[in-house]
Amino acid sequence: MIGAFIHSTVLQGIPLMYGCTGEIITQKSGNLNLGLPGVMYVGGISGVIGAFLYEQSLKGSDPNGFLIIVIPLLCSLLGSLVMGLIYSFLVVTLRANQNVTGLAMTTFGVGIGNFFGGSISKLAGAESTSINLTLTSNYFRAHLPFADGMGDFGEVIFSYGFLTYLAIIIAIGAYVVFNKTRVGLHLRAVGESPATADAAGISVTKYKYLATCIGCVIAGFGGLHYVMEYANGMWSNDAFGDRGWLAIALVIFAVWKPNIGILASIFFGGLYILKDWSNSSGVLSEFLKMVPYLVTFVVLIITSMRKKREYQPPESLGVNYFREDR
Amino acid sequence: MNKFRIHIAKRDTMPVAAAWAIRIGAIVLALLLGSLLTLVLTGKNPLSVLLTIVQGAFGTERKIWTTLRDTSVLLMFGLAVAPAFKMRFWNIGAEGQVLMSGLGTAVVMFFLGGKINDGLLIILMLVAAIVCGMLWAFIPAVIKAKWNTNETLSTLMLNYIAAQIVSMFIAWAVPSGSMKMGIINQDTNAGWLPALFGNKHILIIIMALLITAFVFVYIKYGKGGYELTVVGESVKTARYVGIKVEWVIIRTMLISGAICGIIGFLQVAGVEHTISPNTAGGLGFTAVLVAWMAKLNPIVMIFTSMLIVVMSNGAGDVASSLGLNASFSDILTGIILFFLIGCEFFINYKICFSAKNDKISSDVTDSKESESSGGVEENEGGKQS
Amino acid sequence: MKKIERNNISYYEQRKNIGINEMSNQQIAVQMENITKTFGSVIANKNVDLEIRNGEILSLLGENGSGKTTLMNMLSGIYAPDEGRIFVNGEEVRIKSPRDAYELGIGMVHQHYKLIDVLTATENIILGLDGKLNIKEATAQIKEICDRYGFDVDPNQKVYDMSVSQKQTIEIVKMLYRKAQILILDEPTAVLTPQETDKLFDVLRNMRNDGKAIVIITHKMHEVESLSDRVAVLRSGELIGYLVTKETNATEMTNMMVGKSVSLNITRREPVDPKDRVIVSGINVVSEDGIQKLKDVSFTVRSGEILGIAGISGCGQKELLEAIAGLQPTQSGSIKFVNDDGSEEELLGMSPTQITEKGVKLSFVPEDRLGMGLVGNMDITDNIMLRSFRRGKAPIADRKFSRNLAGEIVDDLQVVTPNLQTPIRRLSGGNVQKVLVGREISTSPKVLMTAYAVRGLDINSSYAIYDQINLQKEKGCAVVYVGEDLDVLLELADRILVLCAGQVSGIVDGRTIDKNTLGMLMTKVGGEKSNE
Repeated sequence: MIGAFIHSTVLQGIPLMYGCTGEIITQKSGNLNLGLPGVMYVGGISGVIGAFLYEQSLKGSDPNGFLIIVIPLLCSLLGSLVMGLIYSFLVVTLRANQNVTGLAMTTFGVGIGNFFGGSISKLAGAESTSINLTLTSNYFRAHLPFADGMGDFGEVIFSYGFLTYLAIIIAIGAYVVFNKTRVGLHLRAVGESPATADAAGISVTKYKYLATCIGCVIAGFGGLHYVMEYANGMWSNDAFGDRGWLAIALVIFAVWKPNIGILASIFFGGLYILKDWSNSSGVLSEFLKMVPYLVTFVVLIITSMRKKREYQPPESLGVNYFREDR
Repeated sequence: MNKFRIHIAKRDTMPVAAAWAIRIGAIVLALLLGSLLTLVLTGKNPLSVLLTIVQGAFGTERKIWTTLRDTSVLLMFGLAVAPAFKMRFWNIGAEGQVLMSGLGTAVVMFFLGGKINDGLLIILMLVAAIVCGMLWAFIPAVIKAKWNTNETLSTLMLNYIAAQIVSMFIAWAVPSGSMKMGIINQDTNAGWLPALFGNKHILIIIMALLITAFVFVYIKYGKGGYELTVVGESVKTARYVGIKVEWVIIRTMLISGAICGIIGFLQVAGVEHTISPNTAGGLGFTAVLVAWMAKLNPIVMIFTSMLIVVMSNGAGDVASSLGLNASFSDILTGIILFFLIGCEFFINYKICFSAKNDKISSDVTDSKESESSGGVEENEGGKQS
Repeated sequence: MKKIERNNISYYEQRKNIGINEMSNQQIAVQMENITKTFGSVIANKNVDLEIRNGEILSLLGENGSGKTTLMNMLSGIYAPDEGRIFVNGEEVRIKSPRDAYELGIGMVHQHYKLIDVLTATENIILGLDGKLNIKEATAQIKEICDRYGFDVDPNQKVYDMSVSQKQTIEIVKMLYRKAQILILDEPTAVLTPQETDKLFDVLRNMRNDGKAIVIITHKMHEVESLSDRVAVLRSGELIGYLVTKETNATEMTNMMVGKSVSLNITRREPVDPKDRVIVSGINVVSEDGIQKLKDVSFTVRSGEILGIAGISGCGQKELLEAIAGLQPTQSGSIKFVNDDGSEEELLGMSPTQITEKGVKLSFVPEDRLGMGLVGNMDITDNIMLRSFRRGKAPIADRKFSRNLAGEIVDDLQVVTPNLQTPIRRLSGGNVQKVLVGREISTSPKVLMTAYAVRGLDINSSYAIYDQINLQKEKGCAVVYVGEDLDVLLELADRILVLCAGQVSGIVDGRTIDKNTLGMLMTKVGGEKSNE
């Protein structure tokens, strides 16, 4: 029972973790990407399209174990990368307003997700109208064989597909890069004060592009994880819900630290599903759904009250850099 | 040094006509790309698709009314956020403010419906709506004024808190667990707004026009509008001339909240007669785009909101007639937005291709500080904070 | 631009040659040849030849706006020259970015430090370098540098916890860490206490003895004398000549710097019936970051009189004016406004609005024209309206009044503008200032405070501003004039208050005091107060 609860908590938390880590990387460069929900939709649907087309092409024959994993992954990556490039081009190169661009990206990305989710069968001329990628999902959900024999412990630690572990690895990797490498130091500098970074010879444009695109790709994997591992390969429109916004909330909650983000995502995941497990009445269950936002809101106020520099958003967050001369 | 350099500089000002020509050009380009996309996905003639879009929005009298109604609602959302934007306060919380005021309306309607005089009921509903909307706008304003809490993030959170409060109310009021409020006072119609001239859309349209006029006058001619413009341009200057910056932030947000209150009231009492977490329908976010595309000019916002509504209603029609998902309209809208967002660059900056060692026009005392570069025309204010 | 007299040039040319020949045995680190730089129509540097040598401290001396910083910015990769060539260690180079400059061993400490607050000293110092990140090793190296030259730095301290002088130290260490051989410091002492300045100078001498080439940009004579080996004097963007510090004196340097000693011919009438208008007593101001900006400052401003305020920049002038205007929280003391009938109003602790509501007509022309006094993106009418938008009871602002007033100001002060709808940032500096001053005096103030009212203005605009200030004086207004040009202060002000490091070091008669005494007072902390 406990094992199963933690298992679903983690599964619920992983898409958020992807989104959170991706958005932290993006925001560290000073770009507030409110298009994250759209990016996660695109990441999810792109993987779905890849998997769908591959499954269609099989016509009943056995899939190639390598391709069935790599095709959705690559498609997801490409889809989110395009979103990242659109955002970077508009915001970094054309210096468009970040909030407006982000919201447009969300409109666009959610539109893409729902449009293809609702229309791909028809476009591909397939017979069934629902998208059910059980075959692909089985590969994505495959876990180590010995986990089943280890009771709760196995369920809590070893029972997930590889995307779950990848999320944690990426988050830890982001932490290491931020704190232990020169790239991380430069990225933090760009987000804090692009003018200073520029004067120190760091290419602000390059870092902003890279951070935004890498962040988007990571966030996109969150969408893919949701479909393939959490939802067992079933895509239904709008099922992903507000997870993208929740991931942005997580960034604040984790005070822009990916290592805190790991625990925070799982905590948020737990809150998300607590209502299903607590047999609570309607009001309480709706209240539990509110808790992540409420807690984040409180954290946001407290950090701004305390003004402790370590817990503040990157100084230049939301502001574009324009070196007027030279 | 390269033989040729691309040098980007801020433009002084572009003639208004030229700026709008660029924007219209961007829309045309976006429509071309959208048509191409349509062609690839559906194999239909793009021109006929565009025609279907227009027909989808204006084809029948009913559709015209729907389009006008939707435009009005979206316009009001845009008007609610515009004054705050002019102050460089990035309020993306109209969604939550409308939800809360819708909830206020519904609560009064639910509890007092049939118990008091219908006219009094409607007045109480309106008051409740405005109070709730203002409260939900007051919170981010006061924490911004007091602790400089990032308003984009706080309003974003408040949207979801509002949605969940609505859900909590529904869960409490409808114990069956269906999570559907149902039509309130279906039998008595208590608290339902009457249809003016026999048309339930007219009241909304009139309100939208009234609010447009109010916001236009307030920003352009009002003392309050002047104060918020100064605060948006330079907090230092505002303090220097004795403007109470904190109070201006709060007051401006209270106005936003009040407008949201009216929207919530109209939606619940006039259109839906029920409340759900989707009562605001995500328009709070779309409103940001409407206001921004119009350069925060309330009059221009009439057209930008209509553009978005036509796209979404019309393209929805296209998609469903082809058996495709109605979200196709979001993709087209997204493309148009991308082009509009991108084209601002060419209005605000000039690109010089020049031989090496050119003379850079810049200030001698230039301290190379980073400059915020919102896409908004300079004298219109509203650059990002 | 001031014309240089013909025979003066030949004199300095002569001196220039002497300077070069005398020390030609030293290795030349940098040679700038025929450098010209323009910004739009403004010539910042014109045909400048400059030589920087190893093992030498060179002072770049010049008044504000003489092109010192711009010239050095071309060495540090901030700007590229329009014309001319630069040689480093004998080789012609193109310095396109600060990075290029580092690679050539050139490091510059700017007036605005380029540090990131949330990073530590070490992280800031190694920012932008390549290779694997090894904080430990970097820290050890930084410690070594600090020990060698006598810096006091904690490498793990975050910048937001540092004092201004610590931040400056980080900037210098940053350059040394990058193996800078040529070190440029832009007015490094402007923000330092005398003790800190002494310490900095010791460090700089250590570095010189280490064989480094050091350039210090300054306009303070005593620093030049105590620190440098050689002096290059710039005026109006041109190099006037070199002097060997040992062989020169302050008078000669001043003459070169300011050109012929100009009589400005600013009219100064005797104050008519001066009465105490503002009585400031014992005010103390501590800034947000805990620095004492004003210490026990007391003085009186009288009607019909101009009180000049002199002092090295950043000595509390800004805080003083803002405290009186109600913009600066003040820890203790009292600021009393005296009405014509002798009754007094306490201004301390009041907001600008409250001061206005009390009926105190106080006008303030701040130093930061477009950041504080005016809004660059708004047109002239709307900027004029900043002071008058509250007129009337209606919620609609009275733009007609402002438009008329704007028209009058444009006519009276001869503001050059296409029309009243032009955004103010598109006007030239002089016209911007005329609009600001015009607006501030349009309310016929009882007290007028101006901060650096003529900074960056051409001669004609400057005189227009002096005239306006004198006009106010004659109308019985009490004028406070904060200035940096001592000549102007000496000819304009009736009395001069000298601030040094936030304290009053003297209040003197503007008619009898000479420039030298004034200069002495500016560097003497807490000098005896003359009797008021």
